[in-house]
Amino acid sequence: MKKELLRMENIVKTFPGVRALNNAAITVHAGEVMGFMGENGAGKSTLMNVLGGVFPADSGEIYIEGQKAEIRSIHDSQSLGVAFIHQELALEPYLTIAENIFLGREMKNSLGMISKDKMAEAARPFLERVGLEVDPNEFVGRLSLGQQQMVEIAKSFSLHAKILILDEPTSSLSEKEVNILFETVEELKKQGMGIIFITHKMAEVFRLCDAVTIMRDGEYMDTLQSENCTESQLISLMVGRDLGNYYVRTFNRPGDVVLEAKHIHAGKRAVDCSFSVRSGEILGFYGLVGSGRSELMKAIMGLDPMDSGEILLNGETVRKASPMYMQERGVALVPESRKTEGLLLKNTIGFNITLPILPRFISRLRVDTDKEQQIIEEGMEALRIKAPSGRVNCSTLSGGNQQKVLLAKWLATNPSVLILDEPTRGIDVGAKAEIYTIINDLAKRGLAVILISSEMPEVMNMSDRMMIMNEGHITGELDHTEYSQELILKYAMGVANHE
Amino acid sequence: MNEKSNKLMRPVREYLKQNWGILAALVAMCLFFSIFGSNFLTRTNIVNLLRTCATNCYLAIGVQMAIILAGIDLTGGALAALTGVVCVMTFENMGLPIWVGIIVGVLIGVIIGMANGAIITYTGIHPFVVTLAMQSICRGTAYLLANGSPVTTQNRAFGAFGTGSLGPIPLPVVYMTIFLILDFFLLNKTRTGRHIYAVGGNETSARFSGINIHKIKILVWTISGAMAGFCGVVLAARLSSGQPSTGEGYETDAIAAAVLGGTSFFGGTGSVGGLIIGVLIIGLISNGLNLMHVNSYWQYVLKGIIIIAAVYVDMLKQKRQNAAK
Repeated sequence: MKKELLRMENIVKTFPGVRALNNAAITVHAGEVMGFMGENGAGKSTLMNVLGGVFPADSGEIYIEGQKAEIRSIHDSQSLGVAFIHQELALEPYLTIAENIFLGREMKNSLGMISKDKMAEAARPFLERVGLEVDPNEFVGRLSLGQQQMVEIAKSFSLHAKILILDEPTSSLSEKEVNILFETVEELKKQGMGIIFITHKMAEVFRLCDAVTIMRDGEYMDTLQSENCTESQLISLMVGRDLGNYYVRTFNRPGDVVLEAKHIHAGKRAVDCSFSVRSGEILGFYGLVGSGRSELMKAIMGLDPMDSGEILLNGETVRKASPMYMQERGVALVPESRKTEGLLLKNTIGFNITLPILPRFISRLRVDTDKEQQIIEEGMEALRIKAPSGRVNCSTLSGGNQQKVLLAKWLATNPSVLILDEPTRGIDVGAKAEIYTIINDLAKRGLAVILISSEMPEVMNMSDRMMIMNEGHITGELDHTEYSQELILKYAMGVANHE
Repeated sequence: MNEKSNKLMRPVREYLKQNWGILAALVAMCLFFSIFGSNFLTRTNIVNLLRTCATNCYLAIGVQMAIILAGIDLTGGALAALTGVVCVMTFENMGLPIWVGIIVGVLIGVIIGMANGAIITYTGIHPFVVTLAMQSICRGTAYLLANGSPVTTQNRAFGAFGTGSLGPIPLPVVYMTIFLILDFFLLNKTRTGRHIYAVGGNETSARFSGINIHKIKILVWTISGAMAGFCGVVLAARLSSGQPSTGEGYETDAIAAAVLGGTSFFGGTGSVGGLIIGVLIIGLISNGLNLMHVNSYWQYVLKGIIIIAAVYVDMLKQKRQNAAK
């Protein structure tokens, strides 16, 4: 048996309103690549953030090389030999490779000034170890993403890392870069490092990982040796959960097609996507984070540029989509991020709800305050927003209530097509149930609803039909009678085609 | 009945709640100067004070709007110099009627403001850089046109535009009042006003809400330019000359008035009510210190300190708000 490098046990972490980790665990040995899998929100990143010292766990034990360890800060984690390479690289583009590697620990010459030569010399062996044949005095901004990743890994050597966490390292790499990365990882493995490899891609697990740890809903499920396990075994471990019964869905007979998108291309984020949605229907959009669902919708709304494709509204071609144009024709997009895209948090509930519909009560220099008040009150009542009045600032509301304000804002425009992007992200169970009821009622009233969600049970229980996306492509379409978690996840991971 | 008085009283209560800090400062300053300064509470002095406030207020109205958009406009003083010069030249050198001169002056302001807005929204260069550069362009053009020296006029009617009065109230103060009322209506009673707050508060969210961000930005800097243009014309009328060197540091006073009045550099907030207090306080500083025979260069020092203090107070407020989340 190889030497144990890391053991995390019984890790519990609660955020306001959510228990993100409950009994999470992972063990890594020297010279082992441990795959780490789970659905979106299963708690992989949270557990790694605990290990990386981003925030401490509420309770649980961490052992590093058999010794009980206390990790309270990023610094603690680094000095214990843990290196966390985030998905979003954190290098300084205007500094050289060597300067990045020794950032905060700069080497000085005899005059007490920073010595570029010394640092470049010291950086060389680390760069050799990752097989990066670039001048250490090159600026990081000039490197490809794959090369930047190598610099990050080289930096972790200089910090004497024994445990390396790679968070979806291949998500933005080209095929060639992926091969180089895998060779490097193999090399590190031989040198006795323990590597945690977070990924959504099955192929990578079987190609690179010795074993796989699977999490689901914040809990440790199992660790399997990749030699003797199958894809479907992994998938069923990832999804096999009880579906809550707080979903409300009454199926209606859908009406006419309201919105149709044909062959939409928008950069790499949406490639040849076609779909249509009928009134009274809820069309689910499932995919893993970054699969291009939000980007597709933004392109349709005219918020992001669209390269080519056709959008039809009630059978008529939309010549040039812009947020104003689509809104006037009854298409509303409730965006994913309440904070940055959705609400003006500094302003009141009333200000937010009425922002898209000001012409209804402001004409020339007259504000019809009674009408305004009426609209605000109706919106708050319809969505059961819990606040003393419409004059309350949105920043003081809970996530669930903010989400309801956001919904109220877009429902006030009387849309015929409502696109909901992650409408229940980060809100508690009670508020979720309320939002499901509201969505169901809207469909019953004849709205065409598009529901984008990364929570599979949510899409499965709420939608009539489901489109599944992977890396910008629509990889599958299922009717609700055909839903199965295994099938959906296969489409979402882009493996269904290979079988 | 109760309902009705409530409706009337609410704005007053809100106003006091929002502005009690600077209101208290304003009252304290008035008390201080009326005790220690001679002739503070005379009619002549009050009229003088308001006249000083007026020129600053024209610029401050525009600058505040730019700050609400989370931007800034530094063009004001130099643009006023340019429009003053052009205005006087229009009727002195080209022999056109005075009213044409006034309109041309304001129009130059509109054009420069529009250019500011267009450059800011279409290139994405930070407003600070764009308007600082435009300041230099305006100042240089003013000197070039005027050949380095003031363009004077003997025209009485034009002088009256800046020095006349309506009853006891000087005309510049009348203009100021009209502009403040228009400003209030624009910001509080129109769609455009709400859009300005929305774009300043969160540009992305405003875009998602179907607001034409380009239009709003161009409009705001255009208004700011127009106000500076008007300011330049009034100044030229008061001095009976278009002076390329005038208006130096005016944008500092305007920024100071806006931030004192609670306009946040983070964007999205700021009220006309607050701005009025800010303008009065800045006016009081010059006026009161003059009455007390303090070396007038101290005013610059004091205004600088006030800007830093006011912005710091706003940051503390923001921090507390964020902590409450």
